[in-house]
Amino acid sequence: MTDVTAPRPESGPAALTRHGRHVIGENKVTGFAFALFLLIGLAALFGPHIVPHDPLASDTAAALKPPSVRHWFGTDQIGRDVFSRVVVATRLDLFIALASVALVFLMGGLAGVAAGFFGGWTDRIVGRIADTIMAFPLFVLAMGIVAALGNSVQNIIIATAIVNFPLYARVARAEANVRREVGFVLAARLSGNSEARIVLGQVLPNIMPIMIVQMSLTMGYAILNAAGLSFIGLGVRPPTAEWGIMVAEGAAFMVSGEWWIAFFPGAALMIAVFCFNLLGDGLREIVDPQRRT
Amino acid sequence: MTAIPLLDVHDLTVEFATRRGVVRAVQRVNLSIARGETVGIVGESGSGKSVTSYAVMRILDRAGRIAEGSVRFSSIDVRQASEDEMRELRGREMSMIFQNPRAALNPIRKVGRQIEDVLLEHVKATRSDATEKAIDLLDQVRIARPRERYHAYPFELSGGMCQRVVIALALACQPQLLIADEPTTGLDVTTQKTVMELIVGLTHQRSMSTILITHDLGLAATYCDRVVVMEKGHVVETASARAIFTAPSHRYSRKLMRATPRPGVSLRELLPEGETPTPTSASVTPLNAMDRTPLLVVDKLIKEYPRKGLDGVGAMLGKLVRHGPAPEPDVFRAVDGISFSINRGESVGLVGESGCGKSTTSTMVMRLIDKTSGSIVFDGEDIGDIPARSFARLPLRKRIQMVFQDPTDSLNPRFTAARAIADPLLRLGGIPGRDAIRARCEELARQVDLPLDLLDRFPHQLSGGQKARVGIARAIALKPDLVILDEPTAALDVSVQAVVLNLLQELKDTLGMSYLFVSHDLNVVRLLCGRVIVMQAGRIVEHGPTERVLFAPEAQYTRDLLAAIPHPKFDDEPARMVAHS
Amino acid sequence: MLSLMIKRLLVAVPSLIGVVIVTFLLTRALPGDPAAYFAGPAATKEAIEQIRVKLGLEQPLIVQFGRYVQDLAKGDLGHSLTTGQPVAQEIRTRLPASAELTLLGLFVSMLVAVPLGIAAATHPGSLTDHACRVVATAGVSLPVFFTGLILVYVFYYLLGWAPAPLGRLDVFFSPPPQVTGFYLIDSLIAGNLELFWASLKQLFLPALTLAIFSLAPIARMTRASMLAVLASDFVRTARASGLSSTTVIVTYAFRNAMIPVVTTLGMVFSFLLGANVLVEKVFAWPGIGSFAVEALIASDFAPLQGFVLTMAVMYVGLNLMIDILYGLIDPRVRLEA
Repeated sequence: MTDVTAPRPESGPAALTRHGRHVIGENKVTGFAFALFLLIGLAALFGPHIVPHDPLASDTAAALKPPSVRHWFGTDQIGRDVFSRVVVATRLDLFIALASVALVFLMGGLAGVAAGFFGGWTDRIVGRIADTIMAFPLFVLAMGIVAALGNSVQNIIIATAIVNFPLYARVARAEANVRREVGFVLAARLSGNSEARIVLGQVLPNIMPIMIVQMSLTMGYAILNAAGLSFIGLGVRPPTAEWGIMVAEGAAFMVSGEWWIAFFPGAALMIAVFCFNLLGDGLREIVDPQRRT
Repeated sequence: MTAIPLLDVHDLTVEFATRRGVVRAVQRVNLSIARGETVGIVGESGSGKSVTSYAVMRILDRAGRIAEGSVRFSSIDVRQASEDEMRELRGREMSMIFQNPRAALNPIRKVGRQIEDVLLEHVKATRSDATEKAIDLLDQVRIARPRERYHAYPFELSGGMCQRVVIALALACQPQLLIADEPTTGLDVTTQKTVMELIVGLTHQRSMSTILITHDLGLAATYCDRVVVMEKGHVVETASARAIFTAPSHRYSRKLMRATPRPGVSLRELLPEGETPTPTSASVTPLNAMDRTPLLVVDKLIKEYPRKGLDGVGAMLGKLVRHGPAPEPDVFRAVDGISFSINRGESVGLVGESGCGKSTTSTMVMRLIDKTSGSIVFDGEDIGDIPARSFARLPLRKRIQMVFQDPTDSLNPRFTAARAIADPLLRLGGIPGRDAIRARCEELARQVDLPLDLLDRFPHQLSGGQKARVGIARAIALKPDLVILDEPTAALDVSVQAVVLNLLQELKDTLGMSYLFVSHDLNVVRLLCGRVIVMQAGRIVEHGPTERVLFAPEAQYTRDLLAAIPHPKFDDEPARMVAHS
Repeated sequence: MLSLMIKRLLVAVPSLIGVVIVTFLLTRALPGDPAAYFAGPAATKEAIEQIRVKLGLEQPLIVQFGRYVQDLAKGDLGHSLTTGQPVAQEIRTRLPASAELTLLGLFVSMLVAVPLGIAAATHPGSLTDHACRVVATAGVSLPVFFTGLILVYVFYYLLGWAPAPLGRLDVFFSPPPQVTGFYLIDSLIAGNLELFWASLKQLFLPALTLAIFSLAPIARMTRASMLAVLASDFVRTARASGLSSTTVIVTYAFRNAMIPVVTTLGMVFSFLLGANVLVEKVFAWPGIGSFAVEALIASDFAPLQGFVLTMAVMYVGLNLMIDILYGLIDPRVRLEA
């Protein structure tokens, strides 16, 4: 390190967007993921208003028709338009995923940070809770929780949040632990900051980027989890349009050749999860302040 | 008779492909090593000294390549050779040892087996005699009980022992050239000396050539015949060790030589010629002119830590299962009853090797951790009894501050320099309003010679020296009485260190602060401190005025420490011959 | 070594205790009347009362827990409402089916994923590397039940290569004499090659589904771990010592890289045991996963509880084995014990 002054860089929101655009430009895949994310978001927000057919309207005469100009994704066993149902389901699936992720971020994130930063009993208790949850295969535990609490969307959200808790708490704890005795935290104590102020004002902003990356990755997992639960009959009930339950309803017909009923909702699931995973990877690059120039 | 050099590097240029385009790490470097000679390559970070040696062995990163020039080893053109030919050369004709020895060894393989691997690969042993040869090598590098240690894993050995194993690996096949890349960085000073003597001893014994890569000019001058000085990818000077040390000719070599702390020079003389530090009103305050009342009195300070092991239920179960008394005491004393004092305006050095307890002591005085027993009295008040947690909110907090060792991790990566400096002002400064705080930050920046336009930068946009200044500005923001400096220049280049040390002296005199300067480097301590305390294994082994302790030490340990410092001797010894043909 | 195993066992004990407590709470601390859950949706008021007394639901929670643990110790997991059989017996009969499927899937997965990850790491930027990365990212996004259905559609409906997804054996075959419960092994022991192939054909698609599912995390972890190890200081030393690339990759890099992969296996098993349930539904596989799903549909509570408990205990056991394996590979863990 020679003592040369580097060229004057910028900071602030303008620079952030410029850097963001630069990274997206460099990395086409992240750009693609962003575009996909926007598409999914739009489908969730406006889907119900723009679909060609009523997702709940059945028309037994037109049942089991393959994809055509009239029904882009074909019709299911009671004549509902698969395309409309897939688009409308976006909202529900996204909502479930977002709600569980928000819940686990609050619970797991804060618990993890407290455990990592303060250590002692907080760490032990959080650790025990996380270990107990981790002692179960996570999907099995989710099944058990939903079966116990009752078959509703609300409980799916709670169950998903609970099974994701250990991962979140672990990541938050590790990050907070690293920063517990790091130089600038010690310096903050010397400057008269109270512990609470240090956690909220200094440590948390440093952890946020990693937590946001985790959130994006967890979104993908939450969608899969919820879909899996509805596939085996938990959570959502017919005739609600939700990707998992649609695949379940279409499963029987795969064997007899009517592939479109299960295929399109399944593909939608895959695309959504894929998008969130790519997004998480891309976000990791953008938000890391070390890279900002 | 001019012998053909063993290694001939001609106009070497190495390029790296990076995100920002092609970077030339090394440009038109010329270097030649004769058989049997020891050559030092000296430079600060970014000089290209390591990259040059990686190019010689052709173990450059995937992104690097030799763009121009030639490298000839013995009669082989390294640049054109095939990978198989190079693999035969590596380890057998030329080998390398690196910094951080424990990381350089396979953590899950016995050290003896690792040596055997090299022997077997280059057909210097058969399956039947490889083990014996490996044990013999361990013995040659002076590892005690080599037969037992053969079965050891790296994590079971100390840093010094790991480095010996690495040396054994490098010398196993009797190569002609050894490249040692910062082999002693990270090791204790006393270990450094034994490792260097081992390297030099073994290589001379076998008439090997050696390249010693280091940032320490003193080290190079002590152990090498010739020295090559590099700056920013170029060779700026090549001369005999004596010439470089006593009369360097290039501007940069002179700057490096001047900046190297050594006996006989003052703080001002560290700076490059022609540069004077910002003028100050007072010079170093002589001892007897100081205020008699001690600012800090530490008495019989002890800090104990529980030994690592099972805690809680596990420990109980362990006690039940064990027969007889515990094998070792349950606590570890990091600081074992030390007493010292610091007067107003005084600068006291606290010296020792790693694990001696100096950092623990300074952290306790800072009131960041709690003591186990003993007293810490600051300006008449007993601060030792106040728990660390509550100390942060007391007005006393303002009066004791710290400058940290690693400028990188002592600054919050999400705070600008101004925000970092302002932190103590915001919490304890009692300064109203953002403008007033900004004004004070700018005043502090001026005091530490930090250009004002750097205040809005983030740490990753600042150089090491600039980050160090931000840390200093933050420490003096509240006008403390006592500043504890924990190895503040250890992570800086030697030329930057010279400037920062001068700055620290200026500030002390202008602001009338007292310093507790914690360091492992006796030469640096000598420059800044009137008194010095030497610690070993949690105890004080010697203390007194710096000049007396360093010139006429009473304790054996102090003598050992002093002897371990690289000491080029040119006056009595005849200059070593360059070629042993 | 022994002390390491004992230590690991001791660590597993609190997990087991936690599992038992949680499964107990799942059924007692429910909203509503637990007796009604266990009596089933079609029960009369008297039946519900009988169940209430039988389970001792009037007693304080601690006493109930005590009885629960006692029952567990006797191997009593209650009775299934739909079949009337003891749950423990059903689980015992069905377990080998699930185990055979899961283990085969994992085996195939590792056979492909580990070499793929290593090849990707040793040849960065190559086609293999890109393929590995695509597999890793896409594989993680595929819902396992979707994969299963697609495979059925392609290999059964379109190509006719695979048999109908109707269970472990075609209707015409009877299972081999029970030794392990694994049809593949038992048919070989009985010397019945025709049966062996028939079992394999039925196993093919569901095992492939599980293999594809676990391929992604294992390949991703192997690649990442291998890359990290190849960039480490000790590999640099090995290269600088002139060791052949085989020695460097196999003896120096691979063994070290496997350590994090082994620890990842624990997580992979967690996913696999969950995926098992979904795959069993798609392929009508008579394992404990479908047992649980059937119980769910019928609101039959005791089998569900037994299922969760069994899975969790198995998982604790698996983790224990992984921990011990990890200790075998990494001397740092072994010797510090």
